[in-house]
Amino acid sequence: MSPKTLYDKIWDAHLAHEAEDGTSLLYIDRHLVHEVTSPQAFEGLRMANRKVRAPDKTIAVPDHNVPTTEGRDNPEAMPEDSRIQVAALDKNAKDFGIHYYPVSDVRQGIVHIVGPEQGWTLPGMTVVCGDSHTATHGAFGALAHGIGTSEVEHVLATQTLIQTKSKNMKVEITGKLPAGVTAKDITLSVIGLTGTAGGTGYVIEYCGEAIRDLSMEGRMTVCNMAIEGGARAGLIAPDEKTFEYIKGRPHAPKGAQWEAALAWWKTLYSDDDAHWDKVITIKGEDIAPVVTWGTSPEDVLPIDAEVPTPESFSGGKTEAAKRALEYMGLKAGQKLKDIEIDTVFIGSCTNGRIEDLRAAAEILKGKKIKVKRAMVVPGSGLVRAQAEEEGLAEIFTDAGFEWRLAGCSMCLAMNPDQLQPGERCAATSNRNFEGRQGRGGRTHLMSPAMAAAAAVTGKLTDIREMN
Amino acid sequence: MEKFVKLTGVAAPMPLVNIDTDMIIPKQFLKTIKRSGLGVNLFDEMRYDDNGNEIPDFVLNQPAYREAKIIVAGDNFGCGSSREHAPWALLDFGIRCVISTSFADIFYNNCFKNGILPIVLPQEEVEKLMDDAERGANAVLTVDLENQEITGPDGGTIGFEVDPWRKHCLLNGLDDIGLTMEKAASIDAFESKAATERPWV
Repeated sequence: MSPKTLYDKIWDAHLAHEAEDGTSLLYIDRHLVHEVTSPQAFEGLRMANRKVRAPDKTIAVPDHNVPTTEGRDNPEAMPEDSRIQVAALDKNAKDFGIHYYPVSDVRQGIVHIVGPEQGWTLPGMTVVCGDSHTATHGAFGALAHGIGTSEVEHVLATQTLIQTKSKNMKVEITGKLPAGVTAKDITLSVIGLTGTAGGTGYVIEYCGEAIRDLSMEGRMTVCNMAIEGGARAGLIAPDEKTFEYIKGRPHAPKGAQWEAALAWWKTLYSDDDAHWDKVITIKGEDIAPVVTWGTSPEDVLPIDAEVPTPESFSGGKTEAAKRALEYMGLKAGQKLKDIEIDTVFIGSCTNGRIEDLRAAAEILKGKKIKVKRAMVVPGSGLVRAQAEEEGLAEIFTDAGFEWRLAGCSMCLAMNPDQLQPGERCAATSNRNFEGRQGRGGRTHLMSPAMAAAAAVTGKLTDIREMN
Repeated sequence: MEKFVKLTGVAAPMPLVNIDTDMIIPKQFLKTIKRSGLGVNLFDEMRYDDNGNEIPDFVLNQPAYREAKIIVAGDNFGCGSSREHAPWALLDFGIRCVISTSFADIFYNNCFKNGILPIVLPQEEVEKLMDDAERGANAVLTVDLENQEITGPDGGTIGFEVDPWRKHCLLNGLDDIGLTMEKAASIDAFESKAATERPWV
């Protein structure tokens, strides 16, 4: 048999039909659903009198719109338009008989945190969701990517997706990471190198010692932002850490099925002589703690750098950089470490897991915030409960952080958690686009520890200089 | 889905690179449970000021481009969020074709599901069409999908590539779900085989 990449293996194992022109029907093992990109899809099913083909493989949770303040079980807590979307998901989940975690359930949270936490996401699976950050699940060696609402409807009706195969890209991070450098710094640094379109047309497999050394939480952070680099999906081959994470989770296989699954999962790696269309190698020791300065995730630099001059870029990027500096209220040549911060947001599907909260709490212990406001939004009700049990919640509130309920929150600001025009935020989320966290809001992306450090000093801060 | 055969209309120039789907339709308009009515909020934060008044400089607010049917855009158009509200908003405004050097993957797929043709061309050809588009109301392009050809205001033509299956679906306005359901036997067969090989799924 010809050598294959991990992507090739998963692709081949899910091919339900292949047309002569190369168009394929890929079978979908898990379909995750949230309230914002699904109402029109369910409506489409109703109008065509169609059913959900595999309700047992379909899991829904409201996350984008939900308030993160206490008392949110009361529908009056939500603006009418949000309430209608969440109510629509409640009804669609019930009418079509799919798995559902309502707002009142402690297991509710951001869909990409709930999936792995509940053991829905397993190695070698195909996972889709009407959300671009579905790439997160690739950390388990699952082929996972975002889809549009028409495709959501297609998967609901047929449990398949019409696909053409992507090319294979290997991103290898060799060696060890220096102190203070995290999974977030890896994934942002890769995007800084390749650009936000560098991955277009590819599925990326991340590998190398620095990736192997990451926890499952860290691997999820890396894969989560594959989409910001333009890739269809990001993957990491499963290993003992993966199996250990999955074992015993509510929907993980058990007994003889566990053994059978494990035997197959252990075959899920790229063969030594597999063909790669593109290879990128980065030395782990060359990666520094980074922050973004502009309005695209590719606008990223080490924290000890200066805001670049637009003329240092070429093509259309010069104009985009000028526009970004104006929007961000920054001047070329300004030290990143001199930039003062108003607000800190810790959370999101990128960095809302327990390890992220631990890293931030470690910095905040015994300190007070110097910013106007700071909030931490755990990725799920279970992450929140665990953080409370470990005493992290107390560290956050003692420091002056607001301790919120689970949801997407200020990552995309569809709920009341929004920036005001001109408000500058150190955020652990994934996008620094114009208006992303609220109209006129200014976002700097970074790791949870760096965001916590910014909260304490009131400025963008080099984590390596924190005591 | 409305068929796409041949389109003649004004092309609006948007040379900015990395126009993301948050720009195309900001999140406050994602709270709808319908597909229609988003055109008025297309590019909302670039198009209107804080008081909801039109910003006269924005391209689609200029008299020549208010009826634009085509956008000629900078690299990596449609990056970011998977929201299909982006092509819904474009379509509702009247945009049926976007031309760029590159598109983000999910946005590109979403266009075809909604009768919008995204065309990828080399840099120099996009630059030429951008120049054409900057001629205001005289910037009329004709996009002929059948012959895979764009005709500019001066009569010059540029060819483009498109996946044959997607072309077929656009030309005929075909519904993907109906077509896939015709392959139900293949899906059934796959499902029973997978149930034996990977019962834990």
